[in-house]
Amino acid sequence: MTRKISMKDAINEALDQEMARDPSVICMGEDIVGGAGAPGERDAWGGVLGVTKGLYAKHGDRLMDTPLSESAYIGAAIGAACCGMRPVAELMFIDFMGVCFDQIYNQAAKFKYMFGGKAETPVVIRAMVGAGFRAAAQHSQMLTPLFTHIPGLKVVCPSNPYDTKGLLIQSIRDNDPVIFCEHKNLYGLEGEVPEAPYAIPFGEANVVRAGKSCSIVTYGMMVHRSTDAAAILAKEGIECEVIDLRTLSPLDMDTVIESVGKTGRLVCVDEANPRCSIAADISAQVAQKAFGALKAQIEMVTAPHTPVPFSPVLEDLYIPSATQVADAVRRVMKGGRH
Amino acid sequence: MAGNPFPLGKEELLQAYRTMRTIREFEERLHVDFARGDIPGFVHLYAGEEAAAAGIMMHLSAGDRIASTHRGHGHCIAKGVDPCEMMKEIYGKKGGSCHGKGGSMHIADLGRGMMGANGILGAGAPLVCGAALAAKFRNKGEVAISFVGDGASNQGTFLESLNLAAVWNLPAIFVVENNGYAESTSRDYAVAVDSYVDRAAGFGLPGVTVDGTDFFAVHEAAGEIIKRAREGGGPALLECKMIRFHGHFEGDAQAYRGKGELEDIRANKDCVKKFAAKVTGAGVLTQAELASIDKEVLSLIERAVQEAKAASQPTAADLLTDVYVTY
Repeated sequence: MTRKISMKDAINEALDQEMARDPSVICMGEDIVGGAGAPGERDAWGGVLGVTKGLYAKHGDRLMDTPLSESAYIGAAIGAACCGMRPVAELMFIDFMGVCFDQIYNQAAKFKYMFGGKAETPVVIRAMVGAGFRAAAQHSQMLTPLFTHIPGLKVVCPSNPYDTKGLLIQSIRDNDPVIFCEHKNLYGLEGEVPEAPYAIPFGEANVVRAGKSCSIVTYGMMVHRSTDAAAILAKEGIECEVIDLRTLSPLDMDTVIESVGKTGRLVCVDEANPRCSIAADISAQVAQKAFGALKAQIEMVTAPHTPVPFSPVLEDLYIPSATQVADAVRRVMKGGRH
Repeated sequence: MAGNPFPLGKEELLQAYRTMRTIREFEERLHVDFARGDIPGFVHLYAGEEAAAAGIMMHLSAGDRIASTHRGHGHCIAKGVDPCEMMKEIYGKKGGSCHGKGGSMHIADLGRGMMGANGILGAGAPLVCGAALAAKFRNKGEVAISFVGDGASNQGTFLESLNLAAVWNLPAIFVVENNGYAESTSRDYAVAVDSYVDRAAGFGLPGVTVDGTDFFAVHEAAGEIIKRAREGGGPALLECKMIRFHGHFEGDAQAYRGKGELEDIRANKDCVKKFAAKVTGAGVLTQAELASIDKEVLSLIERAVQEAKAASQPTAADLLTDVYVTY
C-alpha cells in the first residue's frame, strides 16, 4: 500500500525531488529557510508554516530567504526564469500579490507573446489561498479568478496531497509562469502519495465521484465540501457527479460538458467571491456550449460579495458549506423547464 | 601624427561613433516618419542620450543582460539588436524583433542579452536582479544592467531592487539616465535628493555621477563599475546626466521646456558632436572617416525603413501564437 503523507509534505517532497533532479531549480521567499543572518539556527522556520523545512540542509544556498520586498524578489524570480533558471518563488499569502502584481501580470505573463515567442518564463509562484484560518481579510482570500483572467498565466489549485505533488512537479517543469495556489486549511490533509516523482498534466479535471443526477464542478477546499454534500444527497436518492478542476487555467471544459451532457444539471461551487469567478465562468461556458443538455437552471455557490471577516462566527458563514451546496443541488433538482 | 590620448583604439572609437550615429539616425528618422503618420502607437526617442548607451554597452557581451525602459531604442541598438528588425517591429510587421507583437515599447532580443524595453516604469530593475542572480549561479563573470530614467528612479520596484541587489551582492548595475524630465515633470521637483550618489549610499551601494553627454566619462565610469561587478564586488549605481532632444513621446509640444532650451541643447550639448570634436581634435579619427560612417548609417536606416514598409502584415493566425490559448 502507498504511504500516506500530508499535503504540506507532498509540496516539500516535490520541491526536494525537482531540486535534486534539476540544478536550475531554485527556491526563494520570505523565511522559506528562516533565520538568515540571525545568531541562531538556519532553517529555523522552513516557511511560515514549515512547508519548506529541511530543504536547506539538502540544497543549501539554492534556497534563499528574501527581504520583505515582494516586488523585488518576485520580479527577480521572473528575471532569473528568463535567464535559464527555474525559480520557485513563495509569496506566502496570495493576498500579497497586490504588492507585486505588475511583475506577474504585466511582465511574466506577457513576455512570451509580447516578445514574439523569444522568451520562456518558467517560474512558479506558490502562495497560500483560502479562508478558515481566522486570518481575516488580508490573509484569507481565494483570488484564483484574478489570475485565471490573465492570458499567459497558468493557475493551479489542488485539493489533495496526490494532486499537489504531481501538479507542483508539472508546474516546475512547465515553461510558462504558474500561479500555484495552496489551500492553507488543506496542509494537514493526508492522502496516498507515491514516493517516486510523477507529473500530472495540466488541463485534466478529476471526476472525484460519479453520479447521474447533477454535476457539481469545483476545486480546492470546496471539493471536500462538495463531496460532503454529495454524501448527504445520496441518502435522498440524488447521485451527484463531483468534478475537481485541479487546474483553472488551462481548464478542462470537455470533462465538464461531458458530465452535464449526462446529468443535465449543474451546480458550480467556488470559494472565491461571486462576480467574475470560476463558478461564473463555468456557468457561462456551459450555458453557451451545452444549453441543449440543461434540464434546469444553473446554480452557483460562492462566498458572498464581501471581504473575508475575522469573527470565527462570521467567517464560518462566509465560507460555502456542504449544506449550501446540498440546498443548491436540491433547487436544481426541483427546477426545470415547464 | 599625435598619439592616441583615449583608452580605446581607433577601431573601437569608430565602432562607438557608428553606434551613436546609428541610434541618432534611427531616432531622427522615426521623428520624421511618425509626424507623417507612418507609425502606429507611442514612440519615445533616445536622441541626445546616445553616449550613455554606447559608453556602457561597449563593455558588454551577449551573455550580459540588460533591461531597458520605454525609451529603449538606443539600448537595443547598442546591445546589438538588428536595426532592420527593430524598424519592422516599430511598424508592427512580420519579421520584426518580436514579430510585430511588442512594438516600440517592448523590443526584446534575449539571445543578445536584451531583456526588453518596458512600458512599466521601474519594472526592469527586479528582472535585472533575477538576471544577475542567474549570472551568479552560472559563475562566468556575467553582469546585468537595469536602465531607469530619473522618473522611474522613484518607483518602489527600483528602490527595492537596490536593496535586494546589495543584500544578495548581485552583479547588478543600476543606471539612472537622468535627462531632467519625468515626462513633463522636472527631476528637481520629483526627486528629493540632489545626487543619486546619496540615494545609492542609502542602500549601501557605491554610486557615481557622470556627464552622460561625454562618451568617455560614461565609458570610464561604467568600465570600473562593471569590472568590479564581474569580479564579485557587487552592485553599484551609475547616474548619467543627459539631454533629451525630443519630448517625452512624439507629439509632445514640450511647453514645459525653458525658453531657448531646445536650441541650446542641440547647439551646445550634443553628445555625438562632442565625441566627434574630441576624436578629430586629437587627430585620432579624421572627418573623412566619420563622414564615411555617416553615409553608411544613413544607408542602413533608409534600408531599414524601406524593408519595414515593404514587410508583410501579421495575419489572423499570428494573433493566437506564442501564448497558450486553449482553455
